[in-house]
Amino acid sequence: MSYDAKFRVWRGDADGGDLQDYTVEVNEGEVVLDIIHRLQATQTPDLAVRWNCKAGKCGSCSAEINGRPRLLCMTRMSTFEEDQTITVTPLRTFPVQRDLVTDVSFNYQKAREVQAFSPPEGLQPGEYRMQQVDVERSQEFRKCIECFLCQDVCHVVRDHEDNKQAFAGPRFLMRVAELDMHPLDSADRRPAAREEHGLGYCNITKCCTEVCPEHIKITDNALIPLKERVVDRHYDPVVWLGNKIRRRKD
Amino acid sequence: MTDVEPLERHDYDVIVIGAGGAGLRAAIEAREQGLRVAVICKSLFGKAHTVMAEGGIAASMGNANEKDSWQVHFRDTLRGGKFLNNPRMAELHAKEAPQRVWELETYGALFDRTPDGRISQRNFGGHEYPRLAHVGDRTGLELIRTLQQKIVSLQQDDHRETGDYESRLRVFAELTVTDVLKDASGAVSGAFGYWRETGSFVVFSAPAIILATGGIGKSFKVTSNSWEYTGDGHALALRAGAALVNMEFIQFHPTGMVWPPSVKGILVTESVRGDGGVLRNSEGKRFMFDYVPDVFRGQYADTEEEADRWYKDPENNKRPPELLPRDEVARAINSEVKEGRGSPHGGVFLDVSTRLPAEEITRRLPSMHHQFKELADVDITAEPMEVGPTCHYVMGGVEVDADTAATAVPGLYAAGEVAGGMHGSNRLGGNSLSDLLVFGRRAGAGASEYVAALGDSRPTVSEADVRASVQTALAPFREASENPYTLHSEMQQKMNDLVGIIRREGEVREALGMLDEMDERVKSVGVQGKRPFNPGWHLALDLRNMLAVCRCVALAALERTESRGGHTREDFPKMDPQWRGVNLICTLDDAGDVALKNQPVPEIRQDLLELFERSELAKYLTDAELARRDGPPASQPGAAQGPDDGSGA
Repeated sequence: MSYDAKFRVWRGDADGGDLQDYTVEVNEGEVVLDIIHRLQATQTPDLAVRWNCKAGKCGSCSAEINGRPRLLCMTRMSTFEEDQTITVTPLRTFPVQRDLVTDVSFNYQKAREVQAFSPPEGLQPGEYRMQQVDVERSQEFRKCIECFLCQDVCHVVRDHEDNKQAFAGPRFLMRVAELDMHPLDSADRRPAAREEHGLGYCNITKCCTEVCPEHIKITDNALIPLKERVVDRHYDPVVWLGNKIRRRKD
Repeated sequence: MTDVEPLERHDYDVIVIGAGGAGLRAAIEAREQGLRVAVICKSLFGKAHTVMAEGGIAASMGNANEKDSWQVHFRDTLRGGKFLNNPRMAELHAKEAPQRVWELETYGALFDRTPDGRISQRNFGGHEYPRLAHVGDRTGLELIRTLQQKIVSLQQDDHRETGDYESRLRVFAELTVTDVLKDASGAVSGAFGYWRETGSFVVFSAPAIILATGGIGKSFKVTSNSWEYTGDGHALALRAGAALVNMEFIQFHPTGMVWPPSVKGILVTESVRGDGGVLRNSEGKRFMFDYVPDVFRGQYADTEEEADRWYKDPENNKRPPELLPRDEVARAINSEVKEGRGSPHGGVFLDVSTRLPAEEITRRLPSMHHQFKELADVDITAEPMEVGPTCHYVMGGVEVDADTAATAVPGLYAAGEVAGGMHGSNRLGGNSLSDLLVFGRRAGAGASEYVAALGDSRPTVSEADVRASVQTALAPFREASENPYTLHSEMQQKMNDLVGIIRREGEVREALGMLDEMDERVKSVGVQGKRPFNPGWHLALDLRNMLAVCRCVALAALERTESRGGHTREDFPKMDPQWRGVNLICTLDDAGDVALKNQPVPEIRQDLLELFERSELAKYLTDAELARRDGPPASQPGAAQGPDDGSGA
């Protein structure tokens, strides 16, 4: 059942690097992360890779396999031909630290910029009441394992470093949508979605949805509804007038 | 390359090591009490092993059955732990868990709901009523994300006030602590570690450290645990002078994946059984009916018919034996496989496909469905899973004070899996996440109180100790013969084979011999490459922790000549009431070797004992202990004269 596979793995650091060739044993049922671990144990002990749970639940082992953003632990070797060369490279959108490990701090900065859950006034712990049907919308987005594959694939930042300042990326726009749809969140999320997190940059190409290992419908269920709500608010003439009047009172 | 490099230094009030449920809850508490807090974790923020928890958080909120109460939860916890639990911890845990869960909703958590809009609660092994607050089968992810977002929320508060997100609470991600530092008096003064990314060293000064590093599963070959679970906190505590309690008790979760080999050990949630899944052997028999032990007779169904009725009508039927505590189920599966009635890949069958409609399965168990589909090509709505025991959790851990989580070392605290006592000899499913929250918060409060009492007289870091830590950390960069990966995998295999789910004296002794040999070999482990993000080096440093922890496990497993919970001795298959009162304590002696001693288990208070029927207690306690429960003869005028050791009421 075993065979030798050809692997090309990017080795290097912030100063540069290149693809290196390896021939490595593959056994039945293995995933790409198993092969990376075999390389560490038998050929190149200092090969850097992030991983934790090895079960698709923590979102640590994100990389690009043959150019596609994937979790190394959820990509089965049986999905490739035995004679196919498998190329593993680090996430392209983020700066390389070493080998397959990238600096994903961009995502943690963006996470901090989304205003936290605003608890409803007057409800004590234990008094929260919500219907299952109402929590399910946000629950879908809370399945996110923060692998940042959607952030990696999104062309708004993948090919445009200069957009990183203004654009939170699908993961954190989805976080805004999640809070917006939370039955008991008391904040209005719409102005910030547009003005601070760059919702308008998204032109719904659905690349994020395609790479999501949790199969969250990021574009259809989070980003498009959020866009609609923002548009309703921002361009609705009554809301516009209301804002003018309120502002005058201040 | 070392002596000249300037060391990065930080000063905090409290350092929390570990960013799982316990660590984050501790950090939130300490920060809310006004302290400056550093959270240090080996992985990225939000990746801690807590994300792997699937089933739920046990708390007697009484949403699904209003008869539930802290007393019932306490009782279940002691039964699960076979009465070896630290009773005060079990009491605090049962009392405070509901408040800790409700609090999560104020942080933004979204649990599954009951029809009247409250938090839904599900059935689980060993819990008398549906008690586990859950989000499908990804409750751990919800917990970690909620706490992570609460940390961010506190940082946002600080940013508004000070202009700096990290002015009072900073997360140091991908940083490994290798030593706890102390001053001459023996009090905690700080910690030493390295950034994984750069390999450069960091010295923290802080009068209090909370260990929240989780477990030790990576010492075993078949485990549900991630690479981080190398017993760091256990070893740090040991080296700092604290004690470990009952390290022989290791939970082998009954249902891990067994096929394909690369996923062997990955967890299959107990919710599968809680929601109706059954275990069958190769003959198609629901074998668990043959494995109900005497202490649980009367609480579990005798026939399949009754067991099946229980899902709909739990009031009038007894629960299915598939929902016995985990140690019982794991042993049963082990026996079935050993006697030749296993599945093709050496497990047994766990079947939910014939028990629930397909859409119900994908709704209730979405991540299990996903996991089997993606990793094993098995559709759990159409065919059974193959499962077998996997090393999952260590009940033993750092000995702490129940109320404050303080260890014997001034300034050192421990909470969560790394702490011992709460779960006795076996943990119930769902009691881990609640443990993290209850004792994480208590550790944060305990450390805050300690720091406040210190005032300005804080212990200082010894530069000589820092130099020693630098040397130890750099030692593996040498021309040497041993490969850390090889050593690690040999150790895992031996621990699995010799100190695994079933233990025998000869094999445990063999393991101790193997550990002696490994202690020598680890001195000649060498690593290639440089310091930036070098996994070989990281593993070489973790090995020392794993070896220390394995020795404690093996020594305690040899000493306890009975079978109880997560410790099964084939040569002593019965539970012995004399051993119920004994904790096994490991410390380091002056020479740095592990020393083991016996110590009495803290007594169960009279009012807590009275929560149990006398007939049930008689299965666990010695005659003397029972007599104490019954009180002095004077309080029972009609009773015959009994022994009275004077310690009673």
